[in-house]
Amino acid sequence: MEAILTENLTKCYGKARGITNLNLTVEEGEFFGFIGPNGAGKSTTIRTLLGLIHPSGGEARVLGLDIRRDRKQILEQVGYLPSEAVFYSGMRVRDVLKLSAALRGLDCAGEGEALCRRLQLDPARRVDELSFGNRKKVGIVCALQHKPRLLILDEPTSGLDPLMQREFYDILRERNRAGTTVFLSSHVLSEIQRNCSRAAVIREGGIIACGSVETLAQTSARRVTVHGRICLDGLKGIRDKNESDGTVSFLYSGEIGHLLSCLAAGTVTDVSISEPDLEEIFMHYYEEGSERHDAGQA
Amino acid sequence: MTLVRHELRQGTTAFAVWAGSIAGLLAICIFLFPEMKSQMEAVNSVFASMGSFTAAFGMDRLNFGTLIGFYGVECGNVLGLGGALYASLCAVNILSKEENDRTAEFLLSHPVSRARIVTEKLAAVLIQLTMMNLLLYGVSLASIAAIGEEIPWKELNLMHLAYFLMQMELAGLCFGLSAFMRKGSAGAGLGIAAMMYFLNLAANISEKAEFLKYITPFGYTESADIVSSGCLDGKLIFIGMLYAAAAVAAGYWQYCTKDIH
Repeated sequence: MEAILTENLTKCYGKARGITNLNLTVEEGEFFGFIGPNGAGKSTTIRTLLGLIHPSGGEARVLGLDIRRDRKQILEQVGYLPSEAVFYSGMRVRDVLKLSAALRGLDCAGEGEALCRRLQLDPARRVDELSFGNRKKVGIVCALQHKPRLLILDEPTSGLDPLMQREFYDILRERNRAGTTVFLSSHVLSEIQRNCSRAAVIREGGIIACGSVETLAQTSARRVTVHGRICLDGLKGIRDKNESDGTVSFLYSGEIGHLLSCLAAGTVTDVSISEPDLEEIFMHYYEEGSERHDAGQA
Repeated sequence: MTLVRHELRQGTTAFAVWAGSIAGLLAICIFLFPEMKSQMEAVNSVFASMGSFTAAFGMDRLNFGTLIGFYGVECGNVLGLGGALYASLCAVNILSKEENDRTAEFLLSHPVSRARIVTEKLAAVLIQLTMMNLLLYGVSLASIAAIGEEIPWKELNLMHLAYFLMQMELAGLCFGLSAFMRKGSAGAGLGIAAMMYFLNLAANISEKAEFLKYITPFGYTESADIVSSGCLDGKLIFIGMLYAAAAVAAGYWQYCTKDIH
């Protein structure tokens, strides 16, 4: 079954764009990454799925349930971590966790304590006194302590130090192995690349690419770095060119034959041709995303 | 019930400060009475000859020399204004604060229907108002007993009931408004309470402004009317409760359909 399925999901804020005809499928059991820059529509998508905001058009189902009709049943099975976790002032961490469990009609004290220990979060602290990262940890425990079937995490690692990030992803992987679907949004590509099996790229309110992380990383473009003197005029498919004393580096998506004859014609002391990393591909999606998307549909 | 308990806990400080202040003022007013009583003659004629100011506070129809007359004017204003401000503030913040303080995302990502959130929050407001009124009633009885006056049970009960209903009405109006607001709700709540209070003063001063009694809930808390008629104005109260019910219904509808930010 699909954990998340949207069909032409649209949300407009007055005249402003939120998301437009968004189509997304996440299978149950996946570790899914949702990549996009600020303002692309990541949070809007997530907030629509959770029923915080109402869609202007299209359909969406979470764990087979309709987001308009079955909001409560959906939320019973979902753990959500907002990008900015804010809690009621004056409360202690322990009380926030208890309130969260009570609102679900559950007692999650055991699991909550275990998570606090693993994330090194002191349940006796007041939430107002916590740093951004520590508040995030409270949000993480709230999202995880009731052992949901689907985890929706909006920019989960912002504010966490690298050691905590590792512990956090260890927990997520354990949950994922136990059958939990993980859906996380991020603009940090390396963490998507390291942790997710599949990912979707969102740009200006629409999905512009979706597939396994390996497939997304695969592209005909190559990162070419040349030491020496060459003339690149007339070579088509060059992007992101950087030149500095005697070295030129660029992304190349044209004919390899043309590149080689161009290199042969110059004076080259060293050359490397490699697959670009996800970061570069990401930029490539962003710069030309809409064109690619159109080409893909044609 | 989880949310009711949570709201009551969150509102403890505000409740303590408001209840403490109003109860303190009320007690002070009552303790002033023995002194006033001894100067009754002079005081009465002064207060009765201030023209429309006298009418505004109902002092033309109440005898300042009796406890109930004094209570109706002096304590009535403390109870009326204090209670109204607290009721408005308490109700106008209860829904809007979640979005203003950005806790709405936490609350609404739990499997709790929006209607249940509205219901439990409304219940929390009503519980706090009821506790406040019981406390003030108790303080009032104790203070009157302490100065050795006879307790005017009937008038006192009617007055306190009227103030309680007035606070309920204001709370209902502000609660409905709360669902529509995100920022600046506290100002709106206090503004409504103050405006209603002044509308009633206007209605007291001018006969042309009498119709304002049908708008402001202070219309049925007028001590002079209650003391002279020995009962509450059922018609005004009924209309007021209709306003409150309509506002609460609009609040339900708005909160259950709106986008949460």
